[in-house]
Amino acid sequence: MQFSEHWLRQYVNPALDSQGLSHALTMAGLEVEELEPVAAAFTKVVVAEIISAEKHPDADRLQVCKVDVGNGEPLQIVCGAPNARAGLKAPCALVGAELPGFKIKQAKVRGVESFGMMCSAKELGLAEESDGILELSADAQVGQDIRALFDLDDKLFTLKLTPNRTDCLSIAGIARDVTALTGASLTLPEINPVAAVHTQQQGVKVSEPDACPRYAGRLIQGVNATAPTPDWMVRRLERSGIRSISAIVDITNYVLLEQGQPLHAFDADKLKGDIEVRYARSGEALLLLNDENVTLSNDMLVIADDSSPLALAGIMGGDGSAVGDATRNIFLESAFFAPAVIVGKARRLNFSTDSSYRFERGVDFGNTVQALERASQLILEICGGQAGPVTEVLHDLPERKPVRLRLDRLNSVLGIVLDAAIVGTLLERLNFSFTLVDGGFEVVPPSYRFDIEIEEDLIEEVARLHGYDNIPALAPHDDLQMLPAAEARLSRNWLRDTLAASGYQEIVSYSFVDEAWERDFLGNANPIALKNPIASNLSVMRSGLWAGLIETLTYNLNRRQERVRLFEIGSAYFAEDAAYREVGRISGLAYGDAEPEQWALAAREVDFFDVKAAVDRLTNGRAQYVAAQHAALHPGQTAQIVLDGQPVGWIGKLHPKWQQHYQLPRSAVLFELDVEPLLQREVASYAQVAKFPPVRRDIAVVVDEITPIQSLLDTMRSSKNTLISEISLFDVYRGKGIAEGKKSLAFLVLMQDTQKTLTDAEADAVMAELLDLLVRHHGAALRN
Amino acid sequence: MQNLDHIISEAQQDFAACASIADLEQAKARYLGKSGSLTEALKGLGKLSAEERPAAGAAINVVKQQVEAALRQRRDAILQAEQDRQLASETIDVTLPARSAGAGGLHPVSLTLRRVEELFRSIGFEVAEGPEIESDFYNFTALNIPEDHPARAMHDTFYVDDKHVLRTHTSPVQVHYMQDKAPPLKIIAPGRVYRVDSDATHSPMFHQVEGLWVDEHISFANLKGVVQDFLQRFFERDDLQVRFRPSFFPFTEPSAEMDMSWGDGWLEIGGCGMVHPEVFRHVGIDSGKYRGFAFGLGVERLTMLRYGVNDLRLFFENDLRFLKQFA
Repeated sequence: MQFSEHWLRQYVNPALDSQGLSHALTMAGLEVEELEPVAAAFTKVVVAEIISAEKHPDADRLQVCKVDVGNGEPLQIVCGAPNARAGLKAPCALVGAELPGFKIKQAKVRGVESFGMMCSAKELGLAEESDGILELSADAQVGQDIRALFDLDDKLFTLKLTPNRTDCLSIAGIARDVTALTGASLTLPEINPVAAVHTQQQGVKVSEPDACPRYAGRLIQGVNATAPTPDWMVRRLERSGIRSISAIVDITNYVLLEQGQPLHAFDADKLKGDIEVRYARSGEALLLLNDENVTLSNDMLVIADDSSPLALAGIMGGDGSAVGDATRNIFLESAFFAPAVIVGKARRLNFSTDSSYRFERGVDFGNTVQALERASQLILEICGGQAGPVTEVLHDLPERKPVRLRLDRLNSVLGIVLDAAIVGTLLERLNFSFTLVDGGFEVVPPSYRFDIEIEEDLIEEVARLHGYDNIPALAPHDDLQMLPAAEARLSRNWLRDTLAASGYQEIVSYSFVDEAWERDFLGNANPIALKNPIASNLSVMRSGLWAGLIETLTYNLNRRQERVRLFEIGSAYFAEDAAYREVGRISGLAYGDAEPEQWALAAREVDFFDVKAAVDRLTNGRAQYVAAQHAALHPGQTAQIVLDGQPVGWIGKLHPKWQQHYQLPRSAVLFELDVEPLLQREVASYAQVAKFPPVRRDIAVVVDEITPIQSLLDTMRSSKNTLISEISLFDVYRGKGIAEGKKSLAFLVLMQDTQKTLTDAEADAVMAELLDLLVRHHGAALRN
Repeated sequence: MQNLDHIISEAQQDFAACASIADLEQAKARYLGKSGSLTEALKGLGKLSAEERPAAGAAINVVKQQVEAALRQRRDAILQAEQDRQLASETIDVTLPARSAGAGGLHPVSLTLRRVEELFRSIGFEVAEGPEIESDFYNFTALNIPEDHPARAMHDTFYVDDKHVLRTHTSPVQVHYMQDKAPPLKIIAPGRVYRVDSDATHSPMFHQVEGLWVDEHISFANLKGVVQDFLQRFFERDDLQVRFRPSFFPFTEPSAEMDMSWGDGWLEIGGCGMVHPEVFRHVGIDSGKYRGFAFGLGVERLTMLRYGVNDLRLFFENDLRFLKQFA
């Protein structure tokens, strides 16, 4: 809501400057988004009349004018504007005037003295472009300051109104609130009913009284539809962002701004029979004033005549019954439409109007006829004509139910102490009628307030007027109780810290990605699609996090980064049986050298096992890796990650075809894990530390190349021999002495008896058992 | 005895000429070995008379001790020299850089969320989470935003289907939590939220943190107290001012917009208010008995102010030169 400060101050003029008024409004919940002057600053520019204009003796395009500035002797001014002519009134900047960007001095122009400057709108900062000097109307008073003439010392207020404050969608409404806030007196325009000078009435039938509880209108005959709109009205409309169209339309818009009541004027001669307020019939069409031909649905309220819909009630008029230059007789409508009936309809048609915006939120149903009278009065003044009597169809208006306000509740909710007298005063200032009841008030809000339905609404109003600033900031008192701290549960921050300590940089990428990522990269043919994506490359919800990592990699490679480690924690999204599931994921990418280039380490490409180390840290070494296939990954360097027997993620090298597709100079290694299983761990439980040193024995076996090492380890660990405390691989050998297709693996075995020193015989027995297991399960041969 | 004195000086010279322990061992043998000169001298005692023997023996022993002392001294000197040589040869340039695996770091939004969580945890708030694809009910209806309510137009909503949206705020987490748990409740709910909006100052995805405290005695003054305390601790500025302005959110009443003093002016930092009775009704909490406050803060906004970041888009471009500044 944008408006002229002067307009508001005509109704209420508190002892506050513009900034002070702005602050008061903002702190009362009517946030002033912008406050700016209507015009740039300039001085000493007055209305002047050109008495004579002669050609300059030495310049073809200049004229030497004699100009009356209302100050005795006419001034001689050299002017280059082609429209400068005798009899024209135009702004004149006097010597000493300061205009936006320059100063006016007495000067010689091509040898002729000039005592000022005739001004264009552009030179005064009133327009972006202008053609010649600004032509003023013939009745402008010579010598008057231009700033006064155009009311240029005015300021524009732009309010960011919240949807509940529908009562402030008018200058009168804002003025009312300013009065409540400041105590300044309120002087609204006096509205006297226009006397009917004929008896003709337009027949009105309201078929939907619930949707339109109040409908008023009157015929005004013999109007001059081409009468000019007065300057002051054009200016106020413009300062509210509304362009002047024609006097009748301007007046309805002006009353909308002034009173908050949307009005509509029909060309009465275009109406066929009675007016009917009814729902549209399915399939009916209407050509609207915005030239859109819309097909109506049967939940849209229309104003119709005997033959067809004329207007979308409360939203927009129709082209067929619109007022035009030839209009002589009008039917002026002022109505109250129920918000629930109007809401959403304009949006469905993809537009919003000043009228629909107000009706959706609630228009003062107590002001319907007053606003009609106000518009009638202005039309008669400006366009002439003869008004008929008001036709009003009145049904059940919304009820303003009394709302109970308990004083103790008010004080305890706000955390302050106000007594009944103060609260009563605040309610009075708001024009809320109330009666005192035991412990508080019974309040009936006025018809223009649609936001007072429960006690809390009244508490807010009292707080608003009392001033939120006057409510103290108090630390709450509470019964202290410690929060649970489950030791068996890690946090996401632990995961973040672990990866950051492993050299990975956290990123945050969008949850929506290009559909191609899902389809090609994750093999997801049916991703969750947004109905209204912001861009086609952000149109589906991701089911994995790699797209963001690779896009971030590419972004940084283009900025000369050569070694990149990234990770992200976020959700993956899945649709299942018309429900949605979100899985927390942690995902990482490693690209480039294994370590940053440095003197002490030879350069080496990062590989699967570097990244596996990061996954091992995240899983506390509990993960198992099972060779598997994934659409995005290298078929020979991919594993599914298994934790406690459950698949929890993937690790692998980016498939060379994708490396090529994304034009990556080198390959990348990726991993992704479900977050939830990583957060579970066991709380430590002490086991006795042996008093005796462990015994180490090594075993080297030859197996087929394809045998996974994990399977040998699993087999040996399955032995359950309690003497074994650790088995690990320490060497892999291929080549001389080992047959083609075979590999030699060396394991160390630590053994321990907590009660006594192990004998050689006992250790030998353990090693024999392990070898036997490997031979039987994997066809292993002992290597000599 | 002249002979014995000669042995001492000869041995001293001999030892001094030795450069290594091996040389020294050979030199030692010449005096103290099986056929060394002192050993021979001791053997010669047998030829002396019983009267002469003790004095001669004592004299030889004195010489022997002196030779041994000279030997020890020289051995120590040689070992010391060897160690010095080794230490000198092992000297490194301690200013060479360490072996490095490269440094990682956290996203600045994570840093902010961690601080927010720590601060609120310190007064007993737990962290709650909820889904990002929300039903219409949780994102709107349960928060007192019925269908076609003009407030829905305040949210530029991403739709997944007719009944599901990408949550436009973290407030639905309140609803889930209050459905599951009985008051008193104290939670914060950080997370991603989505709006159909993208320009220099708007991102289609950003982060909010929601706070909720439900108890019998909670007041609007407490809301002001907690928010002000948080902002002063978060920015580590006791002089930071917080301003509350009346506003409108369908799920709180009274509602307020929170501004924070910054430079010469005020910056909007989030919205808040007392939980609307209609929200309590939807989750089955008795609004006659319980009251609550809720607030929502913009995490990127907090991060920008905390670290002086001037462009929202930086958070989602993930330029490593930007992110590394927060390591």
